[in-house]
Amino acid sequence: MNDMIQTKSLTFHYPVEEGEPAPDVLRGVDLTIEQGSFVVILGHNGSGKSTLAKHMNAALVPTGGQVLVDGYDTAEEENTLEVRRRVGMVFQNPDNQIVANVVEEDVAFGPENLGVPTEEIARRVRQSLQAVGMEDFALHAPHLLSGGQKQRVAIAGVIAMEPMCIVLDESTAMLDPSGRREVLETVQRLNREKGITVILITHHMSEAAYAHRVIVMDSGRVAMDGPPAEILTQVDRLRQLGLTAPPTVLLLSALQKDGWDVSLDALTVEDCADQICRALGA
Amino acid sequence: MLKDITLGQYFPGNSVAHRLDPRTKLLMVVAYIVALFSAVWVVSYGLMILVLAGCIAVSRVPVKSLVRGLKPVLIILVFTGVINLFWTPGESLWHWWVFNLTREGIQRAIFMVLRITMLIMGTFLMTYTTSPIRLTDGLESLLGPLKKLHLPIHELSMMMSIALRFIPTLIEETDKIMSAQKARGADFESGSVLQRARAMIPLLVPLFISAFRRADELAVAMECRCYHGGKGRTKLHVLRYQGIDYAALFLSLVVVAAVFALRRFGL
Amino acid sequence: MEPIIRVDHLTHTYGQGTPFCRSAVKDVCLDIYPGELLGMIGHTGSGKSTLIQHLNGLLKPTGGKILFHGRDIWAEPGRIRDIRFKVGLVFQYPEYQLFEETVGKDIAFGPRNMGLEGDALRERVEEAAGFVGLSPDLLDKSPFELSGGQKRRVAIAGVIAMMPEVLILDEPSAGLDPAGRDSLLNNIRSYHAATGSTVVLVSHSMDEVAENADRIAVLADAGVVLCGTPREVFSHGETLEAVGLTVPQVTKVAMELRRRGVAIDSAIYTVEDLRRALDALREGGAPC
Repeated sequence: MNDMIQTKSLTFHYPVEEGEPAPDVLRGVDLTIEQGSFVVILGHNGSGKSTLAKHMNAALVPTGGQVLVDGYDTAEEENTLEVRRRVGMVFQNPDNQIVANVVEEDVAFGPENLGVPTEEIARRVRQSLQAVGMEDFALHAPHLLSGGQKQRVAIAGVIAMEPMCIVLDESTAMLDPSGRREVLETVQRLNREKGITVILITHHMSEAAYAHRVIVMDSGRVAMDGPPAEILTQVDRLRQLGLTAPPTVLLLSALQKDGWDVSLDALTVEDCADQICRALGA
Repeated sequence: MLKDITLGQYFPGNSVAHRLDPRTKLLMVVAYIVALFSAVWVVSYGLMILVLAGCIAVSRVPVKSLVRGLKPVLIILVFTGVINLFWTPGESLWHWWVFNLTREGIQRAIFMVLRITMLIMGTFLMTYTTSPIRLTDGLESLLGPLKKLHLPIHELSMMMSIALRFIPTLIEETDKIMSAQKARGADFESGSVLQRARAMIPLLVPLFISAFRRADELAVAMECRCYHGGKGRTKLHVLRYQGIDYAALFLSLVVVAAVFALRRFGL
Repeated sequence: MEPIIRVDHLTHTYGQGTPFCRSAVKDVCLDIYPGELLGMIGHTGSGKSTLIQHLNGLLKPTGGKILFHGRDIWAEPGRIRDIRFKVGLVFQYPEYQLFEETVGKDIAFGPRNMGLEGDALRERVEEAAGFVGLSPDLLDKSPFELSGGQKRRVAIAGVIAMMPEVLILDEPSAGLDPAGRDSLLNNIRSYHAATGSTVVLVSHSMDEVAENADRIAVLADAGVVLCGTPREVFSHGETLEAVGLTVPQVTKVAMELRRRGVAIDSAIYTVEDLRRALDALREGGAPC
């Protein structure tokens, strides 16, 4: 089986007092995420994207429908540990997910919980820190690191559990541009070299260009789903959903309106320049 | 500002004192305190000073930072000294109003001040050479047998190490909220005691709310990393006594025995 | 024109006299003019946070001076609080400073510290809430019931309510989604237009300052490396990239086109500008 995560008509509402209305945050989500893919989930605040993410490692369980992680039903309590060792989660605030006051101790936290033997933990800590490029900081105090470095430590802490999938729940939202780049390049490498499935929740459109597949959430439902070139070029539809297409696409779309013969699927500066040059040359 | 405060400060290093097992150091501190409080006269105090000096030399911790550690307890030191100096019954040397300086008082004041100073320097020597996390590990391991009595030793030590981890974060946060409220004209420095207490509300409310939020998020993050209590947990660093630990523990016993012996002879 | 704030050879060294001493800003000179919207940009650690905390007297210079209307703000240290009312500073993630029972009371904290009471105070609060787009019925709610974006607006209103002559905002849009970001920046722009006050917008997003600021100061390595109109600043694309800042995507496209021999101005920073420039180029029939 090569389905990493499968949601079947997933609905969810947060618990409320008796008699109060229970607004659904997720309203019937059907998704299949393949092993080894890099998926970006976009959406404005309140679109349900974070709630969806929290269902992927049983941090939340459905109030309706089903979530299967590598075949395990997340609603069954005895599956929780199996689900969580398969799907690691990195959160938004880097300060609030680091447990220990030495980097290597923090990375070891997950494997320690799983009861991994001591020598094996040491090997995993070393390899995980290498994988995120933080091996020189093994003995540092986490609170003295930059935001991007802290998030990389958090990622190392997750991959030390040797998961099949990493979910980044708005993990780049609090970082500056260079920190964001650090994190994105790290997960992209993990995806490419180790075949780890990556699910990135964000509202930064520029990050969608890294993905194989882009899913746009809106009011608890999947509003768009497809490869980046297909999704990011739908300027008007994105605007309706509270998002903005990348500037390169906006530029080409504006030029198209002025009668230029360009197509919109240019997500990089180079592609965009190619399009313009071609049109100018013609 | 607040950032300059140091709590349980640790000086990274690689001396013999740093390499000792944290349990050894904890036990040594216990032995040291017992010996210190059993010392009665110049000879035993002299021995203890030698022991402390030896430990400081081995640890290569600068004496200056140990002395600096005494600053917060200076008032207690002075207070203890003065009380003992003037209010110890005995052969009076000088008398004025309620003050009565006695020969015994001088003796006692010197010993008491010495005792407190050495107590603090000794324990600080331990925290200076042991990272907080190893210290917690050591405590957890030493108190391990109490788990049989269903005491939550693992939970307590986990709480302690998380508290240590968040101290710098919360200090930074306090600094930030304080600046933000000062930017809105808050005044933390002047006014009566009552006014100052009231002025703390804009600082404390956000600080508590944020601490609760952090605790909440941390709990979720820990669960997502498969934390489910102390059961079946392994460790990256397992504590193991080395030869040097046995040697250090043996020496500690010798010192305690020596002080006890000296005490018998009133030395 | 006389600057409203003059930063005169400002230096700030943290931990002076210890082995950890470090200059966060070094010999910085910068003029801020009345009524302008100044963008201040630099990556984390460039010294921008330290610099702005000097402008309202939260930090005291270890070297140099801050002049407000030509007078050294530390000339009378006892009156430094007055400067904080005239130079309002909104910190990063300001929603974490809220503490009162109601939104209205929280916004009133600043003006109340200035000595305002009664109707005058209420008017201030309502006006400030209006500027950040908070509806009046929210004023009686607890700030902790609001969404993250709304909390941030409450915090910003709390500084605007002091009616400062200069409003400094440190990364006001950090962590907001595109729609929230656009609407907040719109509010800030209309506040600037309506009051004519001076606004300093600190950001690490080039696109954000490019779209909003009259002038941009670029900070790097504890100093100001570039300062001028957006056109001037973005014409130094290479310098910006050298100090680790990413220029707006559109500027990158313009730079790439120029590299390929298209005769186009590289000091372009909005989609509209580049569109116009390219349209004009095509009319003229320029080859690639």
